[in-house]
Amino acid sequence: MKILICIKQVPEITDVTINPETGTLMREGVASILNPFCEYAMEAALGLKRQRRDIELVAISMGPPQAGSALMRCLEMGADRATLLSDARFAGSDTWATALTLAEAIKRIEGDFDLIIVGKQAIDGDTAQVGPELAEILGLPGIMYAVSVELALDKKRARVKREVENGYEIVEMRLPGLVSISKGPMIRSVSSFQEILDARKKELRVLSASDLELDQDKLGLHGSPTQVVEIFPPRVKARGELIDGSDAETATEKTISFLREKRFI
Amino acid sequence: MLKVGTDRCTGCRICEKICPFGAIAVVDKVAQVQANCTLCGACVSRCPAEALSIDRRRASEEELRSFSGMFIWGECEEKAGKLIPKKVVKELLSQGRRLSDKLGQQLSVVVLGDGRLTGLDTLIACGADRVVRCRHRLLSRFTSEGFTNAVSALISKEKPSVFLFGATPHGRELAPRVAARLQLGLTADCTGLDIDEKGHLVQTRPAFGGNIMASIVSPYTRPQMATVRPNVFSAGEPDSSRKGRIEDFEVALSQTAIRTKLVGVEQLADESSVGIEDADIIVAAGIGCRKKENLALIQELADALGGVTAGSRAIVELDWIPHTKQVGQSGLTVGPQLYIAVGISGAIQHLVGMSSAKTVIVINKDPDAPIFKVADLGIVGDAMEIVPMLIKKLKK
Repeated sequence: MKILICIKQVPEITDVTINPETGTLMREGVASILNPFCEYAMEAALGLKRQRRDIELVAISMGPPQAGSALMRCLEMGADRATLLSDARFAGSDTWATALTLAEAIKRIEGDFDLIIVGKQAIDGDTAQVGPELAEILGLPGIMYAVSVELALDKKRARVKREVENGYEIVEMRLPGLVSISKGPMIRSVSSFQEILDARKKELRVLSASDLELDQDKLGLHGSPTQVVEIFPPRVKARGELIDGSDAETATEKTISFLREKRFI
Repeated sequence: MLKVGTDRCTGCRICEKICPFGAIAVVDKVAQVQANCTLCGACVSRCPAEALSIDRRRASEEELRSFSGMFIWGECEEKAGKLIPKKVVKELLSQGRRLSDKLGQQLSVVVLGDGRLTGLDTLIACGADRVVRCRHRLLSRFTSEGFTNAVSALISKEKPSVFLFGATPHGRELAPRVAARLQLGLTADCTGLDIDEKGHLVQTRPAFGGNIMASIVSPYTRPQMATVRPNVFSAGEPDSSRKGRIEDFEVALSQTAIRTKLVGVEQLADESSVGIEDADIIVAAGIGCRKKENLALIQELADALGGVTAGSRAIVELDWIPHTKQVGQSGLTVGPQLYIAVGISGAIQHLVGMSSAKTVIVINKDPDAPIFKVADLGIVGDAMEIVPMLIKKLKK
């Protein structure tokens, strides 16, 4: 059985700031990490692999050459091999072009998969679109916002618990299919020295658009139906009153009169 | 046009069952496309032999102009056995009305469901010129495949220039499916929508966790599609004197089209309780509340004010509260009259989820916590000392 994990490398966004003069993103010196939701997707896949020894876990990403380090992290966590789709012609892809590139690559090199697991969204774009788009392009059923995934004994079906607005749903689908993962352990596990050594022995191949014989018109910025026309810093709300709460009683009084003034009580 | 690779076609009849218009017939073990094919694409990705294809190229200016009118997905929720449009639909309608007037085009809402659909007149009162009702037993509850088939079929027939969805969990699954099928540009979680001088929809959204805003257009694809988070825009006052019409849209759906099956539900809240997206007063807790037991105080404060409780992503991950109460970029967007943040530091992703709140009170120990930036009243102090006193005073 083969499970594909599609992952993304993202900047540690809490560090991203805007250059006030040019209005552009200052990304220098910002650390790159494996997107946390992709890490949860890896955890979910590893959970399945621990139950079934015959599962092959393949991590795939599209990104610049340095995104290889996010795939290396997947190999350290326990993926069996990894493929990076990297080409200057992929740059500027929106979610549709990204999903299309991943889908075409998967069809060409890993077409015999049983299940695709992705993180529900990446913390830089936060669109949550690539998962459903990938499922649609590959003609797969999909279950989004999963918190747990189980495989039927015959491995022909998956049973997924997923978040919905007022609770959870348990949904089944026939495989092959796609699942997006919403939740996982908050603490990032650190790879052991042995895991790092083992990961270096695993295959991490890099493929270009030409290697995959992709239709150039549908790649990158040129192939993206959406175009960014302007980037600007968000409006900042004027700061309100700040009071010292070391004297709890006075602070409480002030809060009560504020609530009264605003007619909440 | 829809092309059939006759050498590849195995005559399996899946496309025949999937087609929402009954426009494919398998004759002599080969699929044949009828004249009523709308190019909705439902069949293409489902063909196991990859024998079907649609050549979609970039449209010319003239073709782009042939797309007209604005559509909104009228997502419904089940209440007391009925299917009723959600609040976000009314919020979208107030924006949709403004944009449609600017474009000089018609505003329509499409509602999908079964015989239980009710409250559609409200959609007209809220700004719609037309309600398109699509009823089918396989649309009685949301499935991404069933709804994608119906919406793609509608788009292929109606050719609107703009299509908006609420960025609810279902909307965030449906919109990308439709966009991928019809090869359309789609912008997620817009916080601003406008029409530029060329008549394009300008879609503004936060990126990098809210550190920057980006304005996005889809110049070459129609309809231009966007999702909008609940509570980002306010709903207008309904005007019951507004005139509009309700039409039916027939769609053929087969069970074959839907490959997921609901086998169980776990409800965390009953229908009558107010969700955080609809609440007027929210008391939200963060990791600064120190332990799960202290959340009883947060509940007590919320009760005293007639509000509901919520929390940050950090405490959801610790399982102190369920995901249905999570405020922020990866949770829900709220827009209450009053938001009290207790022990929340205010990562930018959290601020994105609550910046529509009218009045914000913050209680936090750390004077440098980013959440103070959005506070109308900020108290630098120990929440676990101040909150019990507040409860006591409020109860008097």
